[in-house]
Amino acid sequence: MEDDVGFESQDKDIKPTKHAYETDFIVYGPQEIEQHQNEQIKEVSNILGQPPESTAILLRHARWNKERLIDQYMEKTEEVLESAGLDESAISHPPRLERVKRFMCDICCEDGPKLDTFAMKCGHRFCVDCYRQYLSTKIKGEGEAARIKCPGDGCNRIVDSKSLDILVKDDIRERYKDLLTRTYVEDKENLRWCPAPDCGYAVQCAVKDKDLPRIVPTVHCTCGHFFCFGCSLNDHQPAPCSLVKKWLKKCEDDSETANWISANTKECPKCNSTIEKNGGCNHMTCRKCRHEFCWMCMGVWSEHGTSWYNCNRFEERSGSEARDAQAKSRQSLERYLHYYNRYANHEQSAKLDKDIYLKTEKKMVQLQTTSKMSWIEVQFLAAASQALQQCRQTLKWTYAFAYYLARNNLTEIFEDNQKDLEMAVENLSEMFEKPIDQLQSLRGDMMDKTAYCTKRRIILLNDTAENLKSGNWEFNVSL
Amino acid sequence: MFATKRLGKELSKMQSGLPNGIELIKADDFKEWLLDIRVVDANPIYQGEVYRIKFMFSPNYPIEAPEVVFVQDESHPIPYHPHIYSNGIICLDLLDRTGWSPVHNVESVCISLQSMLTGNTKKERPPGDENFVRSNTQRPRDINFVFHDPHV
Repeated sequence: MEDDVGFESQDKDIKPTKHAYETDFIVYGPQEIEQHQNEQIKEVSNILGQPPESTAILLRHARWNKERLIDQYMEKTEEVLESAGLDESAISHPPRLERVKRFMCDICCEDGPKLDTFAMKCGHRFCVDCYRQYLSTKIKGEGEAARIKCPGDGCNRIVDSKSLDILVKDDIRERYKDLLTRTYVEDKENLRWCPAPDCGYAVQCAVKDKDLPRIVPTVHCTCGHFFCFGCSLNDHQPAPCSLVKKWLKKCEDDSETANWISANTKECPKCNSTIEKNGGCNHMTCRKCRHEFCWMCMGVWSEHGTSWYNCNRFEERSGSEARDAQAKSRQSLERYLHYYNRYANHEQSAKLDKDIYLKTEKKMVQLQTTSKMSWIEVQFLAAASQALQQCRQTLKWTYAFAYYLARNNLTEIFEDNQKDLEMAVENLSEMFEKPIDQLQSLRGDMMDKTAYCTKRRIILLNDTAENLKSGNWEFNVSL
Repeated sequence: MFATKRLGKELSKMQSGLPNGIELIKADDFKEWLLDIRVVDANPIYQGEVYRIKFMFSPNYPIEAPEVVFVQDESHPIPYHPHIYSNGIICLDLLDRTGWSPVHNVESVCISLQSMLTGNTKKERPPGDENFVRSNTQRPRDINFVFHDPHV
């Protein structure tokens, strides 16, 4: 195996991929994560002949890249031990507090012979209070652990856990240990924490950063959360991570004001600044470039002669050129709004999905009491609601995807798939509005429609994923 | 508390003398100080101009970096520099969480800024200045600068 995969033994247990859009992954719980960590420490400890505590420090220092650690250790043992703060002298002279003559702390500027001070091997000495304050800020405030540097300017020496032990109090030490465990997952390229609030699971997946233009690796945590292994955002299939990032940035910049701008403004024909006409005559002077033009025909004002306030020069060339440029810019805004409105609509619906789901549960209980259906038999409503949520999430991102998609002979198939899924979703969504007493008779129909939605979604995602993988999509931006 | 002790010491040291081209303008409290700097060398970009710098300290200074920006008024322009935005925000690794060391102080930051200007040959703003200045609503400490230029 070429890569440093954390859990080699499990890799062969991964089931074969079912669909083109699905990615292989494994979810691990907190105990498993710790167990894997300990297994690796034990394994490396045996190879290096170092006690497990020291091995743990070495592994963390080497960002859990055990192959590289072993190589480097075999080649230059002293250097590796030294840089992790584990060299001979550190063992014979464990870190301790000292009082030094003629000392002045460079952080608080205090001096005096009674000041307890501390320095690591780098020799950057500070008073204990400052060191303590520094470490607690790093650990509690900034959440750092395995790579806290010496406070000295430009010093890259890492504060080792033995030094830390004598400097900080118990509460900080506990937090430090938690953070150290977390770094295991953070350091491993093939592991990622589930981003759901309070979720302690981590997901293992082999997809790497360089693969992301060709694959959208959605994973499904045991807690129920679907997220992208590439960027940790909520599932955004079929749009690749880089497009998602661009789209979100664009929406952040544009969406609030875009509607208003489109309705109330024009662009200066010379410098393209957006101008609002808030009353007055048609003679406009651009605040920015001082260009004078006519609001009606967008032509140069000086050509207007005496027909002020009553522009009827629609055929003039300068005006029509300006209107062309205007139309172009307007068109690009309209194109964006077309996709944005649909994206936002599905996002809004996705937010309402939470309510729908809660209402669904209520309906399921009601249905049980009003009909002779069992709990199992009313599950079709939960399944429908879930399918609806998932399909809307997918639809939402198809619009961001489509915005960046350049037209070629594949886009028509994509748009057909999108249309089919959209229709299937709206049909199913409509059924949720039906009164309770009708739901019982609609059960079969609803189950069919749910299955159909799910099928349409799979077809769309398979098509986009296959073409993404083989590089058949053309985008109007670079991925 | 932490910041007060240290800033008090810095202040008394600064009052007894500062390097050429650096002047303490206002230090009434331990939250916000103003200093003026000018470029002492004959760099044509900055001739005859004085720049005003505002320092803002958190109670945890100097463990945490101060927030440092150039401020503009009638007699103090914002200096032209590829790492200084026209709203006064400075992109300098020294002032970032990862580049800051508690060993630095107000004087050393001023000296760094002064030498950053002295060594500059380009009378220009950072790329994307107009956009950044228009859209930025974050405080300097919350911006994730990417330091693409290590030679400052």
